[in-house]
Amino acid sequence: MTNNPFPLSRDQLLAAYRTMRTIRDFEERLHVEFAKGDIPGFVHLYAGEEACAAGIMMHLTDIDRIASTHRGHGHCIAKGVDVHEMMGEIYGKSTGACRGKGGSMHIADLSKGMMGANGILGAGAPLICGAGLAAKFRGDGGVGITFFGDGASNQGTVLESMNLAAIWNLPVIFVVENNGYAESTSVEYATAVDSYVDRAAGFGLPGVTVDGTDFFAVYEAAGEIVRRAREGGGPALLECKTVRFFGHFEGDAQTYKAKGENDFNRANRDCLKIFASRVTAAGVVSEAEIALVDREVASLIDAAVESAKGAPLPTPRELLTDVYVAY
Amino acid sequence: MARKISYKQAINEALDLEMRRDPTVIVLGEDIVGGAGAPGEIDAWGGVLGVTKGLHAKHGNRLMDTPLSESAYIGAAIGAAACGMRPVAELMFLDFMGVCFDQILNQAAKFKYMFGGKAKTPVVIRAMVGAGFRAAAQHSQMLTPMFTHVPGLKVVCPSNAYDAKGLLIQSIRDDDPVIFCEHKALYGAECDVPEESYAIPFAEANIVREGKDVTIVSYGLTVHRALDAAEKLAKSGVQAEVIDLRTLSPIDWDTVVESVENTGRLVVVDEANPRCSIASDVASYVAQNAFGALKAAPQMVTAPHTPVPFSPVLEDLYIPSADAIAAAVNKTTARALAA
Ligand SMILES: Cc1ncc(C[n+]2csc(CCOP(=O)(O)OP(=O)(O)O)c2C)c(N)n1
Ligand SMILES: [Mg+2]
Repeated sequence: MTNNPFPLSRDQLLAAYRTMRTIRDFEERLHVEFAKGDIPGFVHLYAGEEACAAGIMMHLTDIDRIASTHRGHGHCIAKGVDVHEMMGEIYGKSTGACRGKGGSMHIADLSKGMMGANGILGAGAPLICGAGLAAKFRGDGGVGITFFGDGASNQGTVLESMNLAAIWNLPVIFVVENNGYAESTSVEYATAVDSYVDRAAGFGLPGVTVDGTDFFAVYEAAGEIVRRAREGGGPALLECKTVRFFGHFEGDAQTYKAKGENDFNRANRDCLKIFASRVTAAGVVSEAEIALVDREVASLIDAAVESAKGAPLPTPRELLTDVYVAY
Repeated sequence: MARKISYKQAINEALDLEMRRDPTVIVLGEDIVGGAGAPGEIDAWGGVLGVTKGLHAKHGNRLMDTPLSESAYIGAAIGAAACGMRPVAELMFLDFMGVCFDQILNQAAKFKYMFGGKAKTPVVIRAMVGAGFRAAAQHSQMLTPMFTHVPGLKVVCPSNAYDAKGLLIQSIRDDDPVIFCEHKALYGAECDVPEESYAIPFAEANIVREGKDVTIVSYGLTVHRALDAAEKLAKSGVQAEVIDLRTLSPIDWDTVVESVENTGRLVVVDEANPRCSIASDVASYVAQNAFGALKAAPQMVTAPHTPVPFSPVLEDLYIPSADAIAAAVNKTTARALAA
């Protein structure tokens, strides 16, 4: 028996890998299906950023709440939202997580503590302060985590929420997923400070920056911050420096990126490859075990796409349901 | 010389012409150039749907990409307007008004009146409106009534490329804040547009089809649905007049009232939700001011009182259809036929 140098058991490592692989395959498959023209609307893929969602969400349970972004599929999967329901939603089917009424940008599962992907940048930050406030009143030890991008970090709602969380000492964590771009605009152009940790300090919040392609770096930093928040130590900020493999949304020609940038990132900054090579090199997880997860996930995604394609559309009466009054 | 160009090109052209004419015109918004600070191409996007593409090459840093901070940059455009510039700020989707509404509602809209007529605020806020893009509840709303309600704001919503160009030029030259609503489903729609500059005055509705039996009033995308309905109705012998309001504030009441005085019937079509909408506004104005001419109760065809659903089958039901408009027209004529 080799000794395990990681902070997780062999089973937990495989679970983390499974989460990241599920997100990756989900997104890679959507990329293909979108190109066929079968998927309506705007789709923002999370591929490349999996270690952020997985490394953070492993510290959470269903009593913990998250508020996600327009790029929310990865957060949903890592928080335990059913992959079939997600796929159904993205295809606009009645079997979807929101019965086809929300779509990719609005997948939610409140029973899992997933308060929704969001089409409005920065909107999750005030909401998660509310989740933190509710947890505090209930005294259940729950925490709230809001995700936002480098671009959305410049929304007033985010900045106001940091101050609110700080003065009320809320169990709330602000996670900046810094993938370097907001649509086509670089973080260097749009954000004046070099480090989000400096910005957090301005609000009286402790902050940490980690390599978001390194699952273990995210996992360890998030563990510390979540534990502190649960114990009443208050809010914090976590910046994950990460990469987005695809365009801003499907259909983006990405001419603002450097030539070869995506290839370079896929070769050198792929969080799944980095994770798999570390755990197999240490002899804690075998290549065969990784390959088995890969196969299982591939068939899960196949099944999800098949069932979404075959699922019934919403009936016309759904147009007028879920609203307090119809005229 | 007129040639066929799209609604999107017409907007691009209007911006180009006004920037050439007036050095105080600046254009700002998120990714309106694109690629700022990034290693690849500059003007990589030219706006999220490419409306401002190519303007950077002509006007350089008079086009400014902004951080994702609508309160700050929409407010800055308003402040610059109050200090002698003529900024055109792009809010991408009008739904994002939620983030920056104070600057529009309590600042831009109020300056002139509240400061006793001393201020002028020649700012244009361009934004996409409307459903049909499968963009769901937060990127598809027709929020025109929200702005039309506010004194001090002007609200424009062109239905075709010709109007888009002339109305945007007028909006830029206007001394009041203008909310310029671009229907995203019309960006590709082409028509004949003159190459030269021209301005279409506000509060001049356009009679896009003449008819003697019923007046259909609309704006934006649903003007086209109304025309489709009129086509169908013509086959059953009903001649519908179709009026495109073009500007919602100020609004051309005279053209509407005159038409109803001739036809005696009114159907108002609005892609906004029904309560306190453009449709209810026009219907009530006509009821008050042309009651004697009405042969039937005015009818409204609007979106339902719901958010915009994602699933295409539901979204298609959400947007007022030609069939629904024709059915509403038939309601106004039913009594006459029965009599
Ligand atoms: C209030 C608001 N403004 C603008 C947009 C349009 N928009 C959607 S995603 C996006 C870029 C977001 O960049 P970032 O926050 O870095 O997240 P990323 O896409 O990189 O994950 C923009 C400008 C929006 N949805 N909401
Ligand atoms: Mg980003």
